[in-house]
Amino acid sequence: MKKHAGTENRPCRSMLYIPGDSPGMIQHSPAFGADSILLDLEDAIAPSEKDAARKMVSTFLDSFDFGSLIVTVRVNPADSEYFENDLKEIVPRTPDAVRLPKCNEISDVRAADCLIAEIENDNGIPVGTVKLHAMLETALGIENAFSIAKASPRVAALTIGGQDLTADMGVQKTLEGWELFYARSRVVMAARASGVSAFDTVWTDINDIEGLAKESKQIAELGFTGKAAIHPGQIETIHEAFRPSPKELARAQRVVREAEIALHSGKGVVSVAGRMVDAPVIARAEHLIALSRLYDYEEDGGGLA
Amino acid sequence: MPEISISKTASAGSVESSDCLVTVTPADSIEIDYSGANKKIFEKRTEAMTRAILAEYSVTAGRVHIQDQGAIEITLRARIETAVERALEARLP
Repeated sequence: MKKHAGTENRPCRSMLYIPGDSPGMIQHSPAFGADSILLDLEDAIAPSEKDAARKMVSTFLDSFDFGSLIVTVRVNPADSEYFENDLKEIVPRTPDAVRLPKCNEISDVRAADCLIAEIENDNGIPVGTVKLHAMLETALGIENAFSIAKASPRVAALTIGGQDLTADMGVQKTLEGWELFYARSRVVMAARASGVSAFDTVWTDINDIEGLAKESKQIAELGFTGKAAIHPGQIETIHEAFRPSPKELARAQRVVREAEIALHSGKGVVSVAGRMVDAPVIARAEHLIALSRLYDYEEDGGGLA
Repeated sequence: MPEISISKTASAGSVESSDCLVTVTPADSIEIDYSGANKKIFEKRTEAMTRAILAEYSVTAGRVHIQDQGAIEITLRARIETAVERALEARLP
C-alpha cells in the first residue's frame, strides 16, 4: 500500500507520465522533480504487455517509497477488457488517484465510482480513499464537464486529453492552441465551479521547450492548476509557468497578514490598502503562498516574512 | 495445496537497463538459472526470492531463467510473477 506523505491539498503543477512497464523510470521517478507521476497502463502499453504493466505498477505500489510524490495510475478505458482487472489490482494498493480515460457522461464516472467503492469495501479501505481524475477527451465529455465533476465526491480533478479531443473535433492541434481554447476554458470553469483541480494536456514535442513554456504560461493564466508532462525535461518549464511573481507574493502575504490581524481583533471585514478583501481572495492568497514555498524565493528578496 | 508444474514456456521483462528478462520453462524439479553482471552478489538473494515466489503459486517443478540487467527486487518480483502467471494462464480460472 502506498505510504501517504500528506499529499492532500499539495499544489500539483506537473504530472509526469511514466509507462507502467518501465521499471527504470519508475524507480527513478522521485528524482525527476515532478509534483506527481502518472503511471500509465493505457496508451503507453501494448496489448500484449497489459498484464506485465499492471503487475509492475502493483508491485511498486506495494513496496516502493515514492516519498512526497503524488501517485496516480491511468487505467484502461471502461469499455476495454482490461478495465476491471486494472481496478482490482490497483485500487487495493491505494494510489492517490486513478485517472479514468474517456469520460463522456455522468454514468461513466458513476460506474467506475461504484466499482472502486466495492473494491475499497472488500479490502477494508475507507470508501473514497482513492480519488478519481476524470479525463475529458471527446466533445461530449467537454460539454458534460460540470456534471462529470459533480458526479461523485471521489472526483478530485478534471483533466483534458488534447490529442483525442482534437481528433474527435476533426481538427489539428496547432502551436497556438486556439482549437482547444473553448475546451480548456470550459474545463477550468467546471473544475472551479465544483471545487476540483484542473489539469491540462501534454505538450508532445519534447524538443520544443519554448513552445511548452508559452503553452504552460497560457494555461496557468487560464486557471489550470497543473499540466501533464511526457518527459522529465519538461517539468522545470511547467513549474516556471506557475511561479508567482514577487509582486503577487508580496500582495498575498499582505492579504493573509491583514486577514489574521482582522480576525484577532474581531473584525468581520478585512481591508488591504483601502480595498475590501473577502474569503475567496484570502483563500487564493493562501494558495499562492503555499505555491511559492515550492520555489526558491530567498535570492531575489521576495522571501516569506 | 495442489502441486503445480510449469508445463509451457513463458517470459516477461526486457533487457533494458534496470529491468530483467525472466523465462520459465518446463522441468522435472525447480531449477533456477541466474545471469547478470553482479552474479556473485545477487545470485543467492535472487534464488531465495524466486523459490519463495514459486511457493506462493504452489509451483513445484519448472525452470526459471533470469537475465538481470540491474533490476531492483521490486522489478524482479514483478517480472517473475508475470512470467509464472503467463505460464500458468491456461490453468487459472
